[in-house]
This record gives sequence, C-alpha cells and structure tokens, in this order.
Amino acid sequence: MPQLFPKGANALPILSLVGALAGGVVLVGLVWYYFSPEYTDVGYAPEQPVPYSHRLHAGELGLDCRYCHTSVERFAEANLPPTETCMNCHEQVQTQALSLQPVRKSWAEDTPVEWIKVNFLPDYVHFSHAAHVNNGVGCETCHGRVDLMDVVSQVEPLSMGWCLDCHRNPEEQLRPDEAATVMGYEHPADFMERNAERIAREGIRPPLNCSACHY
Amino acid sequence: MGHSTSHSAEPPLVTGNLSFHELTELVARHAEKKPPLGWYIAIGISSLLLVNLLVMIAYQVWNGVGVWGNNVPVGWGWPIVDFVFWVGIGHAGTLISAILFLFRQRWRTSINRAAEAMTIFAVMCALLFPTIHVGRIWVIYWTLPIPNQMDMWPQFKSPLLWDVFAVSSYFIVSLMFWYVGLIPDLATLRDRARSFVRQRVLGVFSMGWTGSNRHWRNYEKAYLLLAGLATPLVLSVHSVVSFDFAVSIVPGWHTTIFPPYFVAGAIFSGFAMVVTLMVIARKVYGIEDLITLNHLEKMNIIILLTGSMVGFAYITEFFIAWYSQVGYEQYAFINRATGPYAWAYWIMMSCNLLAPQVFWFKRLRRNVPLMFAISILVNIGMWFERFVITVISLHRDYLPSSWGYFSPTWVDVMTFAGSFGLFLTLFLLFLRFAPMVALSEVKGVTPQADPHFYDQESS
Repeated sequence: MPQLFPKGANALPILSLVGALAGGVVLVGLVWYYFSPEYTDVGYAPEQPVPYSHRLHAGELGLDCRYCHTSVERFAEANLPPTETCMNCHEQVQTQALSLQPVRKSWAEDTPVEWIKVNFLPDYVHFSHAAHVNNGVGCETCHGRVDLMDVVSQVEPLSMGWCLDCHRNPEEQLRPDEAATVMGYEHPADFMERNAERIAREGIRPPLNCSACHY
Repeated sequence: MGHSTSHSAEPPLVTGNLSFHELTELVARHAEKKPPLGWYIAIGISSLLLVNLLVMIAYQVWNGVGVWGNNVPVGWGWPIVDFVFWVGIGHAGTLISAILFLFRQRWRTSINRAAEAMTIFAVMCALLFPTIHVGRIWVIYWTLPIPNQMDMWPQFKSPLLWDVFAVSSYFIVSLMFWYVGLIPDLATLRDRARSFVRQRVLGVFSMGWTGSNRHWRNYEKAYLLLAGLATPLVLSVHSVVSFDFAVSIVPGWHTTIFPPYFVAGAIFSGFAMVVTLMVIARKVYGIEDLITLNHLEKMNIIILLTGSMVGFAYITEFFIAWYSQVGYEQYAFINRATGPYAWAYWIMMSCNLLAPQVFWFKRLRRNVPLMFAISILVNIGMWFERFVITVISLHRDYLPSSWGYFSPTWVDVMTFAGSFGLFLTLFLLFLRFAPMVALSEVKGVTPQADPHFYDQESS
C-alpha cells in the first residue's frame, strides 16, 4: 500500500501539540486582558446633554463635591444635582451661554436634565456611598481626579476583585474623613500606621461576606 | 511433551472457529457498508428525541429552572435523579475495560469496545443535567477554579465541586482509554478503505499505526497505564456522587454506607444497560459468535452480585435507622416504605433486589429474552432508586410544617426522554462508523492466536 501522507506529516503531531499549548496560553492571555472590566469599562466617557466641565467647576473654581452631590454622606446614592442647583449660579453668571441652553430649557419647562450615568454597578450589587465616605474612603479613591476631567470618565474597573482589594487591605486606601472630598490628596509618610491605628480604634471591618454587597 | 498435566483447557471465548480474516470481515464490514433498515428507523426515532432534548434545553435556559417541578422542599428533582442515573450507567464500560483488564478477564475483549462507548455517551448525558441545573448556564465556568476579576473561587469544601472534577476527569480518562484501544482497529479500517477521503480521515485518527513491534509495545504500555489510572476512578466517581447526598444532614442521605452502595448500584445499572444494548446489537449485526451466551451469562452473574449488594444496602439502611434510635432517621425510612411515595420504593425494591434473583438459575441466566426483560427492569429500578433517595428524603425532613409533595412537570419528562435521544443517537453513530468489537484484542484470545498451545504447556 502506498503511503497516505507525505513524510512531512510526521511533524504534525508534535506541531499540533505545541500549537495547542501555545494557543492555550495565548487564549488565556487574550481572555485575561480583553474580557476584564479594566479593558471593557475603564475609560467609558459618554457625551453628556450639557457639556459640564468638572475641571472648571471642581478644579479651577474649587466647588466641593458635596455642593452638587449632596446626599453622598447620608445615603447609598450619590445623587445627581437638580437643575435648581445649576441655576443657583447660572441665574447670575453665563446667563446667555449657548452651551447652557438645555439647562435653561429644563428650568423653564420643569423637566430634569437627562444626565448619563458613568460609573455603573450591576443591579445585584448593593453599594452605599455613605458607608464609604464616612469611613475614610475619598471620592478620588474610586472616581479618580474628577477635578481634571472635562468629560467624566470611569477610571477604575469597579470589578469585584477591585472592591475586595480594598476590603481586604483598607489601611492602604483610607484617609481622614475631613479629606474625603479632597482631590489630589497626598498621604502623609506614616499613613499606614495611622490607618491601622484608626481601623483598630473605630473597629472598621470592611465585610467580605457575600451578602454584604449582594442581596 | 513428555509430561502430563492436569490442565483443562478453557472453553474458547469466541465460537465459530473463525480465522483472523473472517473476524475482521465480521466486524469491520459494519463500519463500511450501508447499515440495515432497522438502523435508519432507530436513528430516526432517536434523533427526533435528540431534537426534543435541544428544544427542552433551550426552553429551560430561556425560562429558568422554574419550568421543572423542583421547588421547596424538593429542590433537587428529576435533573439530579437523571444525572445520577446516567453517571451510574457510565460505570460499566470502564469497569469492563480497566478492572477486568487488570484481573486478566479475557472475556472482556468481546464487549469492552461497545461498553466503553456506552460509558462515554452516558457520562455525556450525565454531565448535561448538572450543567443545565445550575440555572445560569452562561456562568457554568464558575464551577472551575479560573482566576477572574471577581476574585471568586469555587467552594472547595463542597462535594458538588468535587463532583465537577470527579465526573469530568472520569469522562476524559474514559475517552482516552476508548480512543487508545481504537487505534489498531482504526488502522485496520484504514487499510481496508478504498476512497481517498476515507483513507485520509482514518489515517489521521489511527495516528500512523503500522502494527510494528514498537507500536504494539508502546500501545500495550499505554493501555496498561490508562487501565491503572481508570481503575481508581471507577470507584471514586460514584463515591463522590454519593457525597453530594451523604455529606448533607438530610435524614436518608446522611449515611456512611452511601459510597460503596452507590458504586455497587452504578456497576449494577451499567451492566444492565450493556446487556440491553448487546442483546440487540449481537442479533442485528450477527456477531453472536463474538458476544456469546457465555459473555451474557458472566454479565448476568455480575448483575446478580451487584443487585444483591444493592438490596443488602437497602435493608442495612433500615437496620441502621432502627439501631441509631434517631427519630428523624427512622421516620425517613418508614416514610419511604409506607409514605406517599411507597409505590416508588416498592418499584425500586422489586426491580433491583427481587428481579435479578432469577439469575441464580443457570438456565434462566442463559435465556436471552428473559435477561433482556430483567435488564430493562433493572434500568427502571435504578432510576427509581435515585428518585427514592433524592425526592423521598427531601419531601419530608425535620419540620412537618415544610413537608410537601413533589410532582414533575412535562419539561422534566421530556428532557429525560430527550437524554435517551442523545445517548441512542451517539451509540447508533458509533455502531455505524466505528468497529463495534475490539478486533485486535479479540483476535488475541482466539485459539488461532495460540497455534502452538503455549497456554496449556506452561500450566
């Protein structure tokens, strides 16, 4: 019987074995990188109905985060401000600005501006801003340097592993409560010891059980 | 030959005094010629059932597990019953191929190929049920320890996770074992092939087998190693399946007898399924010379043995319930035999313990129609055994206020029927395209393979 395959076919088994191994490694690498929220979610920066600049308001003008996001210390949600909050100033300044037309329209027609949420958590996760802000987690820790953003974007993956990083080692992230809304906060040199001391004193125990965050 | 021995020759394992070529013809031609009409009818029916299975899975995935009868207090209904039923059936093949191989039971050669194929297909059916039972099939990879952005790991303390590893490694090892055994026979088919495509396809799957001395040496070594690897798996898989129940604290589940009792039951049901399939296949394909009445009789003896072990376990459970003096345990077993599901219990008892007892009589265990009927009864009985364990134990446990009665839905029934579609379709495709008997091994046990009567002389 003549040979069915040319001599080179002898290399196929070893090639396919190597190919399967290398392919497996490449596949794992691709999934690891491209399927992670770090790739899929970070950098999400939708265009808002009003070109509101956090860089101008929170950065240059120095508004405190809580001027607009008033409920952040008391409730789970950090609310978006009503049009009235904008109009507190914009009745007086920039009253004719074209870019503020949607705000004035909202004010006149008594309909809210439809802001687009940037930092999403899934519906099966419960997250309380108050529990974090009042225990030394700064706005900046999760939302980044909002005072430098013209358009707000997501800077952290908000994945469960990312949450757990901090819940397991809170002393690496905490800051004094009064610095919660400070942007560009710099930790003092001994902050780890201070945090460890505070954690012990105040009994800060970030929960690691499932139902802490999942209903 | 100057000395006389008291050796009495073993009766030939295959009959008909077939030459090697006749043996090849007898088996290989079924993978080459058009199958008989009955095959088309059978695969027509089984593929309809398979389509039904796919529809049922789609319906269940779309709507959620609520389409099944599972509900508090019976959270594990038919899907788990079906899972244990199928994984039990998947025990015969590797027992025949691995354990009987290590014990040098040479009669296994006639049935091991088909039994291993049956094992693989049964384990595929078994894997299906827990996969859809998790409810969110799209996150089934959570059962595997894969690093992920959630920092979430499977619960290594849970027997359900051990099950994932036990059943999937059993599947992989069984598949490798089956395939390694197939290689010399696939090469036989390749050498007989005439068409260009068939030669090449079989050439790839037979991996360049030429039958050289070195090939045989490697083959025998690989086969022995795989047999050694598969043997503990045969015992461990169903032990781990039994932990799903035994590690919990539900009365009727929480018993140390479960692992050996489950393994015996698995071998019992697996052999019954082998008998069911082989009785038909040997007739339809005219291979009665290879799968002789002696083979069937040996399988019936194993059915009798394991059936009696299972029956002994049923009775032991009652004894221990009484002996433990634990009220809940006692009630669980009284409720089994006399409660609202007593019918299921007595179906189980009569099919599993009583029916195989006819095999004490040689004439009856060599009676083909009777053994076919018994094998069907055993299959029914073993399904009911899992139903009894799963449903009866759950429907009345500690708190009478949370007692209930379980009823399956039409989706439960159709899904289970569909799993037979998957099983039979795969088995029929196996009969059509692969050598259904391990040719090279059977040739080794024929009298023709021992022309100088070495066996007799050495003893």
